[in-house]
Amino acid sequence: MAFEPKIIGFLCNWCSYTGADLAGVSRIKSAPNVRVIRTMCSGRVDPSFILKAFKLGADGVIVMGCHLGDCHYQEGNYKTIRRIPFLKRLVEGFGIDPRRLRLEWVSASEGDRFAKVVNEMTEEIRALGPLKLSVHQESEHMAVHAEGY
Amino acid sequence: MAKPKLALYWAASCGGCEIAVLDIHEKILDVAAAFDIVFWPVALDFKYDDVRAMEDKSIDLCLFNGAIRNSENEEIAQMLRRKSKTLVAFGSCAFEGGIPGLANLTTKDEILNFVYKESPSTVSNNGGTFPQVHTTTADGCLEIPELWNTVKALDQVVDVEYYIPGCPPQPEQIAAVIGLIMSGGPLPPAGSVVGAGEKTCCDECARARKEKRIKQFHRPWEIFADPKECLLDQGIVCMGPATRSGCGALCTAANVPCRGCYGPPPNVEDQGAKMVSALASVIDAHEPEEIDRILDQIADPLGTFYRFSLAHSILRRVEKP
Repeated sequence: MAFEPKIIGFLCNWCSYTGADLAGVSRIKSAPNVRVIRTMCSGRVDPSFILKAFKLGADGVIVMGCHLGDCHYQEGNYKTIRRIPFLKRLVEGFGIDPRRLRLEWVSASEGDRFAKVVNEMTEEIRALGPLKLSVHQESEHMAVHAEGY
Repeated sequence: MAKPKLALYWAASCGGCEIAVLDIHEKILDVAAAFDIVFWPVALDFKYDDVRAMEDKSIDLCLFNGAIRNSENEEIAQMLRRKSKTLVAFGSCAFEGGIPGLANLTTKDEILNFVYKESPSTVSNNGGTFPQVHTTTADGCLEIPELWNTVKALDQVVDVEYYIPGCPPQPEQIAAVIGLIMSGGPLPPAGSVVGAGEKTCCDECARARKEKRIKQFHRPWEIFADPKECLLDQGIVCMGPATRSGCGALCTAANVPCRGCYGPPPNVEDQGAKMVSALASVIDAHEPEEIDRILDQIADPLGTFYRFSLAHSILRRVEKP
């Protein structure tokens, strides 16, 4: 069976999740590879969530938030803009290609942009291939690697 | 009535935990009076066969220090698990891999290659001698334990009742835990971290903190740090915000940043991820280039943030192609 990337998307409630919704109601076609988890703010995405996603079988993680200056909580996404590049360095240190972690700003009106970044990321991860970690073999929570998920 | 039986063991460790037990000073006499010490390789001449001959669950309390790094460590961990009613992961290495866990930054092959071939101090290994698990001699076959590629914490190979963090655990914390057990008082639920606090190291630190806005990180030797102000406020990477309390903030009192030996705070799974989160919140920059410039100043984030907890972190080890 051909490799289909599994990507976890953490989408902020106020902009990006609404943007994804707009892409849906506008019937914009996009890759179905991103499993969306709604968070109240991109600043709510703890780095451990992202490491855990990789441990549990994600091939890539994309975090989406409001554009800078548009955060519902004033400056939550300014924490994100420092946290994700920092975490990329850590992830690279662990031997994971940093392109597997991506940060994008998608507003509530940018359904087309949501589709574009999802398609881009999906193709990038497809080219990188499946993520293989030794922790996968030891993990007790490998349900996401089950056949046909 | 027979005294309860106590065992102490060291796996992949430095011996500091053993010293910490003796550092409870005269209280060690109370321990010796209250317990029958049935196994303690560093201090008493018992053999593995003596333990093998014991009945299952006949040891009341086993304090196990050191990480699991080779086949001998695991064999003894499993044996002591069978023989003990209560098994305690004692110290950072047994709790979360500790310093030996930093071997998970590399591989067994790279380590052996460096030590036996590439290290500048290796000058006479022309024959290319490497350690072998089995060696045949005229008198028979010799066997030594097999080194593993990945270092593990104790609870990654056997079930553990309690964890006592610290490198080493502080003597007064050890005395308090042993005192509690000797008093027969109600014990915390299995799986608890004991002999430590429920907050972060910062909570015990006497230094004055203000709102953190960091534009520049420094290595400790690059500046004269103010002895009264928070080290992190001064741009020195200090693990305090991502480390459990319980040590009394000894390091920062001696002008040394916290190294994180008490492990992650309660309800935190990954100390390094928590440190990324903490530092990202206090870096004073909004532009990607400026943020990159500041992040460049943090030396060896992986080795610094996971100095004691790499083997027990979410990803556990570095992937090598």
